[in-house]
Amino acid sequence: MKKTVFLGTLAAAGLTAGMAAATTLEDVVARGELNCGVNTGLVGFAAPDANGNWTGFDVAVCKAVAAAVLGDASKVKYVPTTGQTRFTALASGEIDVLARNTTWTFSRDTDLKLDFVGVNYYDGQGFMVRKDLGVTSAKELDGASVCIQTGTTTELNLADYFKANNMSYQPITVDSNAEGEQQYLAGACDAYTTDASGLAATRAAFADPENHVILPEIISKEPLGPAVRHGDNQWGDIVMWTLNALIAAEEYGVTSANVEELSKGTENPEINRLLGVEGELGAMIGLDKDFGKRAIMASGNYGEIFAATIGESTPIGLARGLNAQWTQGGLLYSPPFR
Amino acid sequence: MATASDAPNQGFRLSQLIYDTRYRSLTIQVVVFILVMGGMAWLIDNTVQNLQQLGKDFNFGFLFNRAGYDIGQQLIPYTNDSTHGRAMLVGLLNTLWVSLLGCVAATVLGIVIGVLRLSNNWLVGRLMTVYVEIFRNIPVLLWILVALAFLTEVTPAPAAYRVNAETGEAQASMLLFDNVAITNRYTAVPAAEFTRGLGAIETPLAPISLNFLALAAVVIASIWFNRRLVANANKVQETTGFRPVTWWKSLLILFGPAIALLVALGFHLVPPELKGFNFTGGVNVSNAFVALWLGLTLYTAAFIAEIVRAGILAISKGQTEAAFALGLRPKRTMNLVILPQALRVIVPPLISQYLNLTKNSSLAIAVGYLDLRGTLGGITLNQTGRELEAILLMMLIYLAISLTISGAMNVYNKSVKLKER
Repeated sequence: MKKTVFLGTLAAAGLTAGMAAATTLEDVVARGELNCGVNTGLVGFAAPDANGNWTGFDVAVCKAVAAAVLGDASKVKYVPTTGQTRFTALASGEIDVLARNTTWTFSRDTDLKLDFVGVNYYDGQGFMVRKDLGVTSAKELDGASVCIQTGTTTELNLADYFKANNMSYQPITVDSNAEGEQQYLAGACDAYTTDASGLAATRAAFADPENHVILPEIISKEPLGPAVRHGDNQWGDIVMWTLNALIAAEEYGVTSANVEELSKGTENPEINRLLGVEGELGAMIGLDKDFGKRAIMASGNYGEIFAATIGESTPIGLARGLNAQWTQGGLLYSPPFR
Repeated sequence: MATASDAPNQGFRLSQLIYDTRYRSLTIQVVVFILVMGGMAWLIDNTVQNLQQLGKDFNFGFLFNRAGYDIGQQLIPYTNDSTHGRAMLVGLLNTLWVSLLGCVAATVLGIVIGVLRLSNNWLVGRLMTVYVEIFRNIPVLLWILVALAFLTEVTPAPAAYRVNAETGEAQASMLLFDNVAITNRYTAVPAAEFTRGLGAIETPLAPISLNFLALAAVVIASIWFNRRLVANANKVQETTGFRPVTWWKSLLILFGPAIALLVALGFHLVPPELKGFNFTGGVNVSNAFVALWLGLTLYTAAFIAEIVRAGILAISKGQTEAAFALGLRPKRTMNLVILPQALRVIVPPLISQYLNLTKNSSLAIAVGYLDLRGTLGGITLNQTGRELEAILLMMLIYLAISLTISGAMNVYNKSVKLKER
């Protein structure tokens, strides 16, 4: 009898605790800080600089969300996650948003209970080899040792690609990009495979980048984007529309330089709605109307972020390619702010 | 003053549960039991609720789905079309394999070092002390990483073995008559092949080689016959005092049939050959495996050496003196008098070292050796998102392995224990 009462109390306590669980937005606001899951270190995407400040393409997403929600782009706690720990970190609530070059796939979106809110980089898997190997195509890699990061979609693509082309390979499993880099440079593998953007970023950090080539074959589609937990749609909307604000800003020519001026009001109603001059879009997702303006002010619009972190003027030197605006022949296309 | 009080009321009061020694221990047990059960109920309830909140269920169906990834070292046939369950099995076998080899090597090395540390030779004794102190005081993970770094950085790449067309020379040359190539990826060793092999029995788990079975049967039979021979020699010695010469008979019995069988099966070694990027034809023992094995062995051997030394020191000096008085030389004293008695002190702590080594093998992930942690607890967990199931299953498997080792070693311990009548 006593035990039943005891267990009953416990169950009731558990239930109320479950119901009282706040939304992610409330949690973040109460904490005054955004917990953002990033890569453990991939130059250009997310890596701490000499002073320990995180910078990069994915980091900019974290900053924009923090600016939109908390009004301060510096209120971010960066949680480095590996390919293996990232989803658990998100599911357990350790991080609020995962911005770590993560591929949007069906099973991750459904079975892993994540929600991908958009794509911030359209990527594909490639191979990098030493120039003196004389290999010009991935089709010539039969029998090669290939370094591969564990716990990623690239692992599965690699297996599929070699099988489809009736070739064999020796997988050398590594745990992080840093370890893969070390093994590749030591010659423990003939080729290193990961997303082409990651290869470019990795190569940029080499002492002799000119002695390595990225093979022309792109063997998969890797749409990389920020992800949130499934079920909290309000939070998902916030991250989605923050990202869209950055993309739309580039399309409409709103930059970190002119955002202040444009937010005084323009002739273009779309820009006005984006910057909160007109309408109450912010209130619809639980924020104030300036959220878009603050997101853009954090590190500029999508184009500015791209150019500053991974663009052609940086050591990584990625071309816009698929990641150009739809008006420029790319795939970036923000739904209207209306 | 009142008169003497009445005899205490014999009825049961609630306070007796705490203050009466007759009930107190029972009360404590009941309370602790309820607390433990409550704690467990809370944990389970919490898990169920959280899973529900995340919209996840709890089932092991993923083990039957296609794995889709490749594994470097496979002791049983496996392709990326196999199931996650089979990938788990491959990982489990890799764990057992490195643990088994690690335990054997650590035991041999540990006994040698432990004995040598007690050597009367000052230099040898101190050297062994240095070994023990260095290896047991640095975390095993670092030893594994050092071993891997050493293997990758010091050894040549496979391409270095390629003969340069212009000069007709290669940068590196193979060892042991072009049979072994040590590279920064693996050590390529010759593969054993049979021209007149017996084939294999196909089972769902793995093909069982009949050649191997036949060889094992012959070796076991040879050992049995050799034992009979030695027993017979002992008998003759006891009755007549004269020991017949047995060494050449032993050699013949132990090795003759096995060699005859190998010749009959057409046994030969196929040396590895550099083709394209890598050596093929032989067996490539990956550096990750060697590094893990080396790290675990060197580290655990330091502990085993200390256990052996403690065991030997536990035997009274009088035993040694008595053996010397009987005219036994130091080596025979050690083998016949000291070690057999020391075993009963050595074996129980040795069990826990074996368990440690097996559990430490899960550090394989650091060097990319795909053991149970790397397959079930790594890639499978990550690709399917079944954290709870995969981790629970992995814990269960490690528990089962540990209990099996400990059970087997306890049986052995019983056999070497001091027989008291």
